[in-house]
Amino acid sequence: MIWIFDKFKQKIAAISDTGESITYDQLNKFGERIGCILKERSLVFCVCTNTVGSLSGYTAFLNNRMVPLLLDMKLDRTLLARLIHIYKPDYLWVPQDLSFEFTGTVNEFSGYGYCLLKTSFDQAYPLYEQLGLLLSTSGSTGSPKLVRQSYENIKANISSIIAYLELDSAERPITTLPMNFTYGLSVIHTHLEAGATILLTTKTLMQKEFWTFLRSQGATSLAGVPYTYEILKRLRFFDMELPGLKTLTQAGGKLSTELHERFAQYAQKTGRRFYVMYGQTEATARMSYLPYQRVLDKIGSIGIPIPGGSFSILDDCGKEISVPDSVGELVYQGKNVTLGYAERGEDLAKGDENGGILFTGDLARRDKDGYYYIAGRKKRIIKLFGNRINLDETEHLLKEIVEDCACTGEDNHLLIYVTGNDHNRLLRFISEKTGINPSGFEIRKVDYIPRNEAGKILYSGLESQMGVK
Amino acid sequence: MTNLERYLNIFADTFGIDPSKPADLEYQSIKEWDSVGHMGLIAGIEDAFHIMMDTDDIIDFSSLEKGKQILRKYDVIID
Repeated sequence: MIWIFDKFKQKIAAISDTGESITYDQLNKFGERIGCILKERSLVFCVCTNTVGSLSGYTAFLNNRMVPLLLDMKLDRTLLARLIHIYKPDYLWVPQDLSFEFTGTVNEFSGYGYCLLKTSFDQAYPLYEQLGLLLSTSGSTGSPKLVRQSYENIKANISSIIAYLELDSAERPITTLPMNFTYGLSVIHTHLEAGATILLTTKTLMQKEFWTFLRSQGATSLAGVPYTYEILKRLRFFDMELPGLKTLTQAGGKLSTELHERFAQYAQKTGRRFYVMYGQTEATARMSYLPYQRVLDKIGSIGIPIPGGSFSILDDCGKEISVPDSVGELVYQGKNVTLGYAERGEDLAKGDENGGILFTGDLARRDKDGYYYIAGRKKRIIKLFGNRINLDETEHLLKEIVEDCACTGEDNHLLIYVTGNDHNRLLRFISEKTGINPSGFEIRKVDYIPRNEAGKILYSGLESQMGVK
Repeated sequence: MTNLERYLNIFADTFGIDPSKPADLEYQSIKEWDSVGHMGLIAGIEDAFHIMMDTDDIIDFSSLEKGKQILRKYDVIID
């Protein structure tokens, strides 16, 4: 069991923007009811929204040793069907108004606007006894590659985060991120452990209703990816009257030094706390944080390891670098390093493959005071408006409709090189499949996709083709 | 170009849609008009009409029609 809800009794655990609320006592009772219906070790796909139904089902599954996979409500339905085909879940937990989409299932139970649909599968694959939760490595490309998190991973990360953020039951965080995203989920995990009240909203920062809800419910903290902070700046956040707001946290990608500095200055001037943090789904959620007291003198830094964790920096030969400010691969060690990946149903039976050590794929350096800075990436992964995008997976996805293509790019700008001309169709396709705004993609025509003898794409050759034109 | 044409063109350009179509667009009524698209739309409008919108107006800009009312406050008349 992850959480012991009954100790907080009548305290409100979550309240939504529609006015629906649930106490810790009710969360506990809901868990008991779910426990009577489902077998332990059932696999449940949860189609997530920031609502009471989504939250209460999820906590019930986790607490009853059923294994949830959290998926974005907006996930393209053919990608969702593929995931169902690969992993054969016993149940689906979906918003009631979407249940008609899932033909061939039987509605066994409903509550708080969600329903539990029984599929035709029955424990198709054995689950490793310590496996607690499955998250997608990339919510939007619908990759079947999942991260396997253990109960110990989840518990360890919860207690580290509560300790350094100093969370208690007076907190009232507002949801700004989807709960199927590891960072959004960690906000929920930690605040339920602290006995706080979570403000659930499906509205975005661009909507008046979001800000009305934030003010009327007295939100105390706000979590954002770098793109959230860009939006906040555009919304002239610095001039807003938000008396209840005490804490801002940032993770999910590298914040620009300009935004880091602006928000750090704002926090200092207004007596708030601003935390810059670093994590990955592969580390449950969090690996490091920059203590708010140092946020102004360590601009651009991801801080220091969380309590219970440690970092090392390795050179190309795998030897540890101890000289300050030398760049190498960042390696993390801690109890929150997840078990490993799953790419097919049989993998769910696998045990711990990482042994508490995670090669992050990020390049980093450590300054003489022991603060870490990300210097680049080893893996071909970028962020589009906060969504993690694997460039190789994107190429794979595009090959459904084009013969050949190559993807490169930087954060918020993915370049797709193709030889064909049907660029509008391609743009519509990729935006639909990923659910990401088309402005994040640029399509470029090249004469050919350069490859080496082994058939690997020569990415540098793409840019030189563009240079010639 | 009239203000109305200019206004409709910003929607068409930002969301990559047919300029004759916009009529009853609302926030999240098409997938292009999400939070990312919204920032692009506001930037386009601010540039085209040389204005700086208040936060309350940016977050209240929930449809093509609503936008016309909001722009009146900035002396931009669209009809």
